[in-house]
Amino acid sequence: MAAIEMKNIVKKYGDGFPAVNDVSIDVADGEFMILVGPSGCGKSTLLRMIVGLEDITSGDMIIGGDRVNDLAPRDRNLSMVFQNYALYPHLTVYENIAFPLRLAKMSNKEIDEKVRDASKTLDLDEHLQRKPGNLSGGQRQRVAMGRAIVREARAFLFDEPLSNLDAKLRGQMRTEIARLQKRLGITTVYVTHDQTEAMTLGDRVAVMKRGILQQLASPRELYEQPVNLFVAGFIGSPPMNFLPATVEGDQVTLPFGTFSIPSAKAEKTAGKGLLMAGIRPEHFEDVSVIQSGNVDTSRTFKAHIDVREWLGDQQYAYVPYEAEAEVQAQLKELAREADSDSLRTQLVVSLDSDSKVAEDDDATLFIDTDKMHLFDPSTGENLTVGL
Amino acid sequence: MKDIRGRILTAIGVVFILFWCLLPVAWIISLSFKSQEAVTNGSPGFFPSDGGGAGWKNYTDVLDDEQFRHAIINSIGISLIATALSVIFATLAAYAIARLEFKGKKFVLTTALVIAMFPVVSLVGPLFDMWRTFGIYDSWIGLIIPYMSFTLPLAIWTLSAFFREIPWEMEQAAQVDGATSWQAFRKVIVPLAAPGVFTAAILTFFFAWNDFVFGISLTSTERARPIPAALSFFVGADPFNRPASLLAAGAVVATVPIVVLVLFFQRKIVAGLTAGAVKG
Ligand SMILES: Nc1ncnc2c1ncn2[C@@H]1O[C@H](COP(=O)(O)OP(=O)(O)O)[C@@H](O)[C@H]1O
Ligand SMILES: [Mg+2]
Repeated sequence: MAAIEMKNIVKKYGDGFPAVNDVSIDVADGEFMILVGPSGCGKSTLLRMIVGLEDITSGDMIIGGDRVNDLAPRDRNLSMVFQNYALYPHLTVYENIAFPLRLAKMSNKEIDEKVRDASKTLDLDEHLQRKPGNLSGGQRQRVAMGRAIVREARAFLFDEPLSNLDAKLRGQMRTEIARLQKRLGITTVYVTHDQTEAMTLGDRVAVMKRGILQQLASPRELYEQPVNLFVAGFIGSPPMNFLPATVEGDQVTLPFGTFSIPSAKAEKTAGKGLLMAGIRPEHFEDVSVIQSGNVDTSRTFKAHIDVREWLGDQQYAYVPYEAEAEVQAQLKELAREADSDSLRTQLVVSLDSDSKVAEDDDATLFIDTDKMHLFDPSTGENLTVGL
Repeated sequence: MKDIRGRILTAIGVVFILFWCLLPVAWIISLSFKSQEAVTNGSPGFFPSDGGGAGWKNYTDVLDDEQFRHAIINSIGISLIATALSVIFATLAAYAIARLEFKGKKFVLTTALVIAMFPVVSLVGPLFDMWRTFGIYDSWIGLIIPYMSFTLPLAIWTLSAFFREIPWEMEQAAQVDGATSWQAFRKVIVPLAAPGVFTAAILTFFFAWNDFVFGISLTSTERARPIPAALSFFVGADPFNRPASLLAAGAVVATVPIVVLVLFFQRKIVAGLTAGAVKG
């Protein structure tokens, strides 16, 4: 077990484009660290530099206190689960798991013990003599995990290990991985492009975009205090709503009306012209389900509900609004960067499941402007971070 | 309707091709069981005419012949050695070509192809002179070298195609698991490329086994003369009347190893091809 320190890591491929640009991350001993970002942001590249499959252009990679930049993968004693598992198709499940141990020249008895131990943990006992080609996706995934945990590696590295599984299996394996990591207590770096995986698994999450580290924080902090528009839009599902906004005094003007905001937020943003307001779907509510008397009428507005999706425990309602071309263009750009579908200029609000709002009808909604963030539209920076 | 007609046409085509290919083989086998006299007197039927059958006599005669026995040993030895060396070199070269970026990679590949396309006959003269100077005329090595140089290109091309199909990640996984590059190559890549290795081996073996031009021009005695050349020197008592049935028996004997080899390796190749499949 060991801590992993990355110091100003840069990776330039042949064409000179920095796939990873000046990234510094400290992974504490035993920590579960997630690298997340849209595809092509350099997460795999960073992981492969940790394990030694990719040369480091500049910066220091320090594992367990030793600089490993120039060590071959086999001398780093890390284990890795590849996206497509990279099982050895000519070997049985047993021999796949035993492979690292055989290379380490352990005795047959020792190998047998360890392999059986790993296979029991991963529920692979009845498949030990089969070839990987005959296994289901989930079973192959477990074999790949078995090969990783069978040896006392200093850290586990995962490159999108669940992306080839169907949704249900993915949920199960996610819990399985979390449990295993907690039990073994081994430093883990886990790459994913799925923000749900990132939020549920990680002690801390590093969000990357185009090779640059955007924010490194706990899942809760990422969700509640995103440092910029990209992180705000990438984390959370359905994503945060972005609306054009201007702040005058302690009043914010949105396309639906003018509302008061906390003075601390107002101070930082007043008079700065057109801003981007970010507010999560759950910070809206249907006024009719809130006890009267608890409603702050200065923060309600009338909205035309376009589409409604009832999920049982909650429901989503969609409220279209008009926006200027400039704002629309920026929203499109945000959606593109976050790898999501192009957003329409519409508000997604999450309402209590008791709410009786109807499609194509008007409703009165409450907006919790205390939780709203305001972003500088040109730099994307969150002006109200920490407030 | 169309479907049935298509199937009937296919069946007719298959039968025709089988007939076309196998008739000569069947005829040689038929010939090898006829007696010499029957052939000389004319024995047009497929089955030997009454009293014209020779049983296994032609075969025992061929195998009793000192020269032919030498030729069999020469052919097997030379072909096996050429195949083994060629496959080993080709595997290493193909791996380098598939995996490494180095200057002159294209050059190596095109040169290999050019060599493979070179007419064999045009090299016989120079080789004859060279081998006599080097003192390897009429020796195993004198045949192994040209066999290798003509089969290596094809083997390299086949194998590098196979290596390219193997995901890089197999090897990287092995390295992360603690393997050296050599261990990763030997324990993961070569077993995965086994179908390719067998294909290359078969192609090489065929070339060496069937070669006639080199065999007849670079040998002068039974020291190194392979079967195809030996058969052409097989002259019976009457030089104007070659022992056709004996030759036929020799030809059948020479064919047997190839048939066995194909049947054996074909299963290997198919097994290897279907055992792959990594992604799910
Ligand atoms: N071998 C390579 N040669 C050149 N560019 C590469 C190579 N591998 C990845 N890249 C580039 O580096 C960037 C990051 O890739 P990668 O780390 O695989 O992204 P991610 O895993 O986040 O999807 C991409 O723009 C990709 O095109
Ligand atoms: Mg990737």
